[in-house]
Amino acid sequence: MTNENNSLAEKKTPPIYPVKTKVQVSIIFFVILGIYLFSMFWTQKEMVGGFSGAFENMFTVMEKFFPPNFGVIGAIWGPLVETIQMAIIATTIAAILTVPLAVLAARNVTTFKPLYYTTRTVLNILRTIPDLVLAVIFVGLFGIGLFPGILALVVFSLGILAKLISETIEAVDMNPLEAMRASGGNVYQVIWYALVPQVLPQFTSLVLYVFEINIRASVVLGFVGAGGIGLILNQQLGFYNYPNAMMIIVLIFAVVIIIEYISTKLREALI
Amino acid sequence: METYSLPPKPKNSLYKKLKMIIITLLVIALYVWTFVSIDIDWGRAIERAANNFQRVIPKLFSPDWTATGEVALSMLETVFIAFAGSLMAAILAVPLAFLAAHNMMGGKIFSTIGKWILSAVRAFPDLILAILFVVAVGPNAFAGVLAIAIGSTGMLGKMFSEIIESIDMEVVQAMEANGANKIQILFYAVMPQIIPEFLSFAIYRFEVDIRASSILGIVGAGGIGTMIIFASNNRNWNEMGTILLAIIIVVTIIDFASSRIRNKIV
Repeated sequence: MTNENNSLAEKKTPPIYPVKTKVQVSIIFFVILGIYLFSMFWTQKEMVGGFSGAFENMFTVMEKFFPPNFGVIGAIWGPLVETIQMAIIATTIAAILTVPLAVLAARNVTTFKPLYYTTRTVLNILRTIPDLVLAVIFVGLFGIGLFPGILALVVFSLGILAKLISETIEAVDMNPLEAMRASGGNVYQVIWYALVPQVLPQFTSLVLYVFEINIRASVVLGFVGAGGIGLILNQQLGFYNYPNAMMIIVLIFAVVIIIEYISTKLREALI
Repeated sequence: METYSLPPKPKNSLYKKLKMIIITLLVIALYVWTFVSIDIDWGRAIERAANNFQRVIPKLFSPDWTATGEVALSMLETVFIAFAGSLMAAILAVPLAFLAAHNMMGGKIFSTIGKWILSAVRAFPDLILAILFVVAVGPNAFAGVLAIAIGSTGMLGKMFSEIIESIDMEVVQAMEANGANKIQILFYAVMPQIIPEFLSFAIYRFEVDIRASSILGIVGAGGIGTMIIFASNNRNWNEMGTILLAIIIVVTIIDFASSRIRNKIV
């Protein structure tokens, strides 16, 4: 009964999507599928044993990794703390440096166009460079250690933070600022009583967000010699000492989860 | 003449003041601990920088054009890794997102489980996943694809589930009231509301994944990262300049294209 009704209804109602859209969507779908299949072919061509072999491998590897060696916690505690400290320092420095940059990259504050476009372009280029590439360059420049790692994190997070905060500044309600200026507030009063209260909660929230990103980035910086726990992880992998490596990975996992949880709670409380 | 006075300031309760003081003290303690216990060898870093500056910086800005072909090929592989990875992630994320969205699976237990799975997956940095997959499938580009796929699933799933939670449930209720079954509700009430934003986020993730996949080679998972690590080990900064240029150009083009497409979709 219902079937008949449905088919009748279908005949009367026009199709939801016009034919042109359908053709377009199908073409896009097949192009994407084509690129996907080609990428899969390309990326798997160097693989020995093919896909099925890989799956069996995965289980044997998991056996190698487990159980993690709990004995090494004491030895890796120091580098782990160092990693977190790197992220804290880098985030703080980036948060301070970002203020002038964000103001320069905000359209409603920087009315001088060439300056605005220059800052924007520099920030855009900065954001295209992955953090580890920055770390590689800084390690080449300053030698192995914590300092190049911190520097890489600062530069990397500066790009993200300045962009996000400049967008916050652009979204500010300009009316309070005008009202203050009209009633005779000077520049500092206008900034302190009209701009800062509007931007500060967002600013803090974004800084915490970037701190999360920095924590995740800092654990791998050691792979290129830029300090932190990544260095130890890389060594242990080099020795094929998988239980130790797994312990480090588990510890990183726990730290990231805990910090992310705290940061999310703080950000929820702020906004 | 009248005198104007400011309105009285809102009084903070003792509890609030105490809370502020405690938070401030905690932050100060955190910073003192950080800056006291970190040890950076400033002398060595500055000395090194003075020695290396001429050797590194000018060379970065004079790229080695003979390596262009090789760099272009590696960059292409990077793009393929990112593409295959993000597409896999976009597909994997859909069921997880439905599981994690509290308005889809009746019962809070499912959505809590889904959210836990997603945040657990998200906690692994891409490079760590790449290490695991390199050990599993060998040092090749496919390990990179798998790392990107799993790494992106966490973030995409979270975004997708937030989109699902924000849909207009009245449409769903109206269809339910008219006697539509689950499949019909899914196709006619839920999907039209979520597909544009799903696509937009998947494309955005592709942007992020291009950056992520360009460094996976550092642990042997294919792409241009392999060349980065060779160039850095050989102190071949001219080649590093070429690689940097390739990354900047490709990422910029893809960011631009992606934001155009996303503006069109949503």
